[in-house]
Amino acid sequence: MRATAPNPFDELMENANRLADGDTREQIVASIFQTSRHICQETVTYTKQEKQYETEKLDRIFTSKIWGFPIMLAILAVVIYVTIAGANIPSSMLAEFFGWLEGYITLLFQQLHAPSWLHGILVLGLYRGTTWVVSVMLPPMAIFFPIFALLENYGYLPRVAFNMDRLFKKSGAHGKQSLTMAMGFGCNAAAIMSTRIIESPRERMLAILTNNFVPCNGRWPTLILLASLFMAAGYTGGWKTLVTASVVVAMVIFGIVVTLTVSWILSKTALRGVPTHYTLELPPYRRPKIWDTIVRSTLDKSVYVLKRAVTVAAPAGMLTWVLANIHVGDTTVLAYSAQLLDPFARQLGLDGYILLAFILGLPANEIVVPILLMGYLSAGALLEVDSMNAIKQIFVEQGWTWLTALNMMLFSLLHYPCGTTLINIYKETKSKKWTLLSFLIPTSIAVIVTFTTTHLVQWLGLL
Amino acid sequence: MNKKKYTVALAGNPNTGKSTLFNVLTGLRQHTGNWPGKTVIHAEGFFTYKNEEYQIIDLPGTYSLYSNSADEEVARDFIIFGKPDVTLVVLDATALERNLNLALQVLEMTDRVIVCLNLMDEARKKGMIIDTANLSKKLGVPVVPLAARNKEGIEELLETIARMVHGEIKTTPLAVSYSRAIEEKITKLLPLVKEVVGEEYPARWVALRLLDGDTSLLHALQHHRHHFFREGSAHACHCAKSI
Repeated sequence: MRATAPNPFDELMENANRLADGDTREQIVASIFQTSRHICQETVTYTKQEKQYETEKLDRIFTSKIWGFPIMLAILAVVIYVTIAGANIPSSMLAEFFGWLEGYITLLFQQLHAPSWLHGILVLGLYRGTTWVVSVMLPPMAIFFPIFALLENYGYLPRVAFNMDRLFKKSGAHGKQSLTMAMGFGCNAAAIMSTRIIESPRERMLAILTNNFVPCNGRWPTLILLASLFMAAGYTGGWKTLVTASVVVAMVIFGIVVTLTVSWILSKTALRGVPTHYTLELPPYRRPKIWDTIVRSTLDKSVYVLKRAVTVAAPAGMLTWVLANIHVGDTTVLAYSAQLLDPFARQLGLDGYILLAFILGLPANEIVVPILLMGYLSAGALLEVDSMNAIKQIFVEQGWTWLTALNMMLFSLLHYPCGTTLINIYKETKSKKWTLLSFLIPTSIAVIVTFTTTHLVQWLGLL
Repeated sequence: MNKKKYTVALAGNPNTGKSTLFNVLTGLRQHTGNWPGKTVIHAEGFFTYKNEEYQIIDLPGTYSLYSNSADEEVARDFIIFGKPDVTLVVLDATALERNLNLALQVLEMTDRVIVCLNLMDEARKKGMIIDTANLSKKLGVPVVPLAARNKEGIEELLETIARMVHGEIKTTPLAVSYSRAIEEKITKLLPLVKEVVGEEYPARWVALRLLDGDTSLLHALQHHRHHFFREGSAHACHCAKSI
């Protein structure tokens, strides 16, 4: 840069500044708006007066102070109910199918006189890990996300943001955070990228640090599975689904409450500040192309789940099998680690295997339940898992109660983000400190909440 | 095939079907990344029409171009410094009045604009009748009615783009007239603007932005004196595959 002679650009700016006054922007915007209005008056005619205000009418209901929240809750409950009711049968069918197929694969291995360790790694490890992820994950996700996409394309999501805005503002966060949370339902790692829509670095950091409290694609099925096996155990048929759905909805709401509380505490301490203003556009409601949306979203999600199953669950399955079969003294590495973790885990109402599954499940939340089952199986007697009841039986044999299930659900909802998400947080914040905090804050909350729940229930003598 | 490639920029408010139009035009020949140095998603793609190659840049969806945010700056900079051969402004026909605000801003920046009136099917359903010929006359640029998701009007749009890049369309973009006070200030500032930033940028628009105290624009102008942006984009990876 040349330092000599007055910069002509600076001179120009100075000149402009001298001419400008405070409300220039307002005058400019006013003229533009006026021009737009004039043009429209002369080029647009409305033939159906009642249609002209359709969006406004709907907005009066969907974003009303009284009805906004009940409608939101009702929609969430219906979506989850439909997901659970719809996923049950395909899930069991897939599990049965994979179990049946496993029998033949095992037969094939025996015919080929394959060594038993090879059968162990490939069938009991890789095959089981992968197929469990597929049968537990695929059906609910292939139902949940198309419905979600329909709501999104219809234009309902911005209304959710509008309703939630007041709550976020009160907790010192940005209203657009509810949009990034909606992304989190799909995948927290992707949601971290989506926080870019928040301009202010402070509010963006809040959105990043709390996004994990929204259950993602990898945790929904865990929540649904545990809720239906343990929370709704006493019910049958439609009631069972309803109770399961209510428990899952309660979990989601609890996650939102934690999000708001953490945001509030952080904005009073480490990330002090007042929320910035922004304008939220409420686009007109639009009937989505229903079949297009369903087909595309189902395919997208199925491909996604299958890809995750192969890339994450397959290696994790193999690793778990190896850990469960390498003996040190008279115990296996897996059992030994679980024993080591057990005393601490008991304080949280969990057990060593559950905590170990969460630790080994750091790369992806999908594999936590498969790892856990494999850990239990290596210790227990059951060899085939071909139905949901068999899964429950394994858990019960290990001394599970509804409290264990509740704690595992809470821990799953609140614990550290998965590996991919952490990597994305580091990429987006470029800060080791904040990445570490995004690991520590949720984990401490998960520990405190499960510890409190366990001791409260025991103290009250509820169990 | 003719090697000369034309650049088309795609601007518009969010939720106007801008991405749908981008997908319809490019099919699978697209890729995404970040704008250099900015955490704003950048999508570009290619299409061929009548044996000519077009590169199309999907600008971030914004409500204005006043550099309130990184998104708006990226969109503004590309229109000013990237000097696209055509800028398509996608408007939601069902919310025309609100959407026109952005179109009017783009018209102040460049005269190579085509206004795409998208979601015409929705507008018809709502009983709106839009006199596109009159709208085009008022704006001084071509207006093409579209229903991008049903692929309606795409052929007419492609033809209009082709005619515009070949200089067969003469446009007279509408200049918004401001209050007397502002107009006087623009007149005062105009000679100096022309002297400092040169004739290659829209002087009236630059003057207006400066009066609004837009320092970021001036920095950008200083930085981009020459066609920096275009050279920059040549380095972008062209991973898109032909179909």
